[in-house]
Amino acid sequence: MLHRLLSGDLPRSHALTVALVVVLVSLAFAPFLFPGSQSLNVAAKICVFIVLAASYDLLLGYTGIVSFAHTMFYGIGGYGVAVAMHGIGATWGAMGVGVALALLLSLILAVVIGLFSLRVRAIFFAMITLAVASAFAVLASQLRDITGGEDGRSYSVPAMLRPSFRLIEDQVLGVSITGRILTYYLVFFASLGLFLLALRIVNSPFGRVLQAIRENEFRAEALGYRVVVYRTVASVLSATMATLAGVLMALWLRYTGPDTTLSFAIMIDILLMVVIGGMGTLYGAVLGAAIFILAQNYLQVVMGKLSAATDGIPLLPQLLHPDRWLLWLGILFVLSVYFFPTGIVGRLRAQRR
Amino acid sequence: MDAPALETRDLTIRFGGHVAVDKVSCSFRSGSLTAIVGPNGAGKTTYFNLISGQLKASAGTVLLKGEDVTGLPVSARTHRGMGRAFQLTNLFPNLTVAENVRLAVQSRARVGLDLVSLWSDRRALIEKAEAMLARVRLADRRDAAVASLSHGDQRKLEVALMLALEPDIFMFDEPTAGMSVDEVPTILELIQEIKARANATILLVEHKMDVVRSLADRIIVLHNGQLVADGLPAEVIASAVVQEAYLGVAAA
Ligand SMILES: Nc1ncnc2c1ncn2[C@@H]1O[C@H](COP(=O)(O)OP(=O)(O)OP(=O)(O)O)[C@@H](O)[C@H]1O
Ligand SMILES: [Mg+2]
Repeated sequence: MLHRLLSGDLPRSHALTVALVVVLVSLAFAPFLFPGSQSLNVAAKICVFIVLAASYDLLLGYTGIVSFAHTMFYGIGGYGVAVAMHGIGATWGAMGVGVALALLLSLILAVVIGLFSLRVRAIFFAMITLAVASAFAVLASQLRDITGGEDGRSYSVPAMLRPSFRLIEDQVLGVSITGRILTYYLVFFASLGLFLLALRIVNSPFGRVLQAIRENEFRAEALGYRVVVYRTVASVLSATMATLAGVLMALWLRYTGPDTTLSFAIMIDILLMVVIGGMGTLYGAVLGAAIFILAQNYLQVVMGKLSAATDGIPLLPQLLHPDRWLLWLGILFVLSVYFFPTGIVGRLRAQRR
Repeated sequence: MDAPALETRDLTIRFGGHVAVDKVSCSFRSGSLTAIVGPNGAGKTTYFNLISGQLKASAGTVLLKGEDVTGLPVSARTHRGMGRAFQLTNLFPNLTVAENVRLAVQSRARVGLDLVSLWSDRRALIEKAEAMLARVRLADRRDAAVASLSHGDQRKLEVALMLALEPDIFMFDEPTAGMSVDEVPTILELIQEIKARANATILLVEHKMDVVRSLADRIIVLHNGQLVADGLPAEVIASAVVQEAYLGVAAA
């Protein structure tokens, strides 16, 4: 049963199993284990970024495609919800319309980019995706009447998902079951489902063909696999998942703007999550996303404490000042990529042998 | 009269000013084994690349069972029955031996676009891949990563991938090159086996004259991209043009 749920792709390392169980349990019970809106926000972000990183790994790690348009698809999902909720109203129907249109747009763009440019060399493909993504970001900020421009759009969500909503009068384990918590579980279960779906895809006959294309596209074609078709299908699947991740984030934040969806900084974050976790293994996306988001949110806090603790010692408090957190984040990543070139998962799996 | 299994008409490719294959017209009867010989750089591999589609012809046509396939991509030609074992080993290095063969079996069964079933659930495909590995005597290396195989084993796997496609046309490009002496018979027996089956059309590029003599029904000679001789093995080997164009170089 578990074997089928994980599509036969078991962690194959004790340490990795433990790490994955810790992440799963923490996220599954986050509202009860870590009450408070900030920690719930972090947990929701981790869920969404696991999907986002996993869908990116489908391209980067499994198929060997370098694309910079992933945040564009993520943004399309976010704006789909935002525009529909803002324009039509805070109903499930409006959300359905927004999601459907967003998926359609992503599908069309992914197919067009795929067919036009997957035939060219990898570096040109990367450049084309970068150009398309930049154009889309410019368009999104200029079509102010539709997207809200640089300010983005705030909107209400269906009543059930609002903070004031109460599912039951009583508290559960000392926590009131508000619309926020329902939204969290919507995000959590949708992310879990999408992740398991991605796991199934990479372990299907199709998934192996993607790996074959990554390894030797020339031979894959000679074996009878039309490489451009497989790459395009992979791009479409990846884009679809990113779009749905954007939908989830839009529901969670009740706001969509260029900075939360389309920014190039997010693209870099996703890339780092995949590389740190381990390319070509979806479990890497889980660990990469969890570690990255935690570091992004708590490194400053930890550094503030360290800085205070080292007060009086020369230089150290300055180095550990919370304002330097980006520097330390950078150092951590350089070190991790240097010491674990196959990512955390690659490292953990190698240890077992 | 039936169309030949494979035919090329005035097949030509130019690289800049250099004509690597020059108006080669030749047809290959179903059930025959044709050896293609010629000195290094004669255009043998390039001729194969034109037939299976890795290179686009500058002029001329390739006909498969009478049908023009010159405009088709490589994958489409494969599905119409062309099989190729490459001169330079050309595999999926970080996948296992079994996975490599399995990918070929799966292509033949046309289930590559199956996204929902489990790769490990397709018993029939797995068993077929296993049988193929046994045929080339690689069964004991099934779980090894291809990158870790010896050169000889990689050559065998190269052949196994072609067999797994169950093609009508088998193109071997120096299948025994670089193999140790005791590994060569395995490959030769395999070629014999394929030849014994009805309707297998085999094209074999091979430098070793004893191998050519024992296997081939016919020899064609390429020299500077041109087809310079075509006939029964004994005749062609004895002819002046081969002595000069091919054996002369080989002896040097
Ligand atoms: N892609 C290419 N671009 C330019 N020149 C090429 C290309 N492919 C082959 N050639 C040239 O075409 C000629 C024929 O090469 P080919 O590999 O077909 O020879 P061959 O008969 O297979 O030789 P060998 O016995 O060494 O394998 C050579 O001069 C080679 O340099
Ligand atoms: Mg050659």
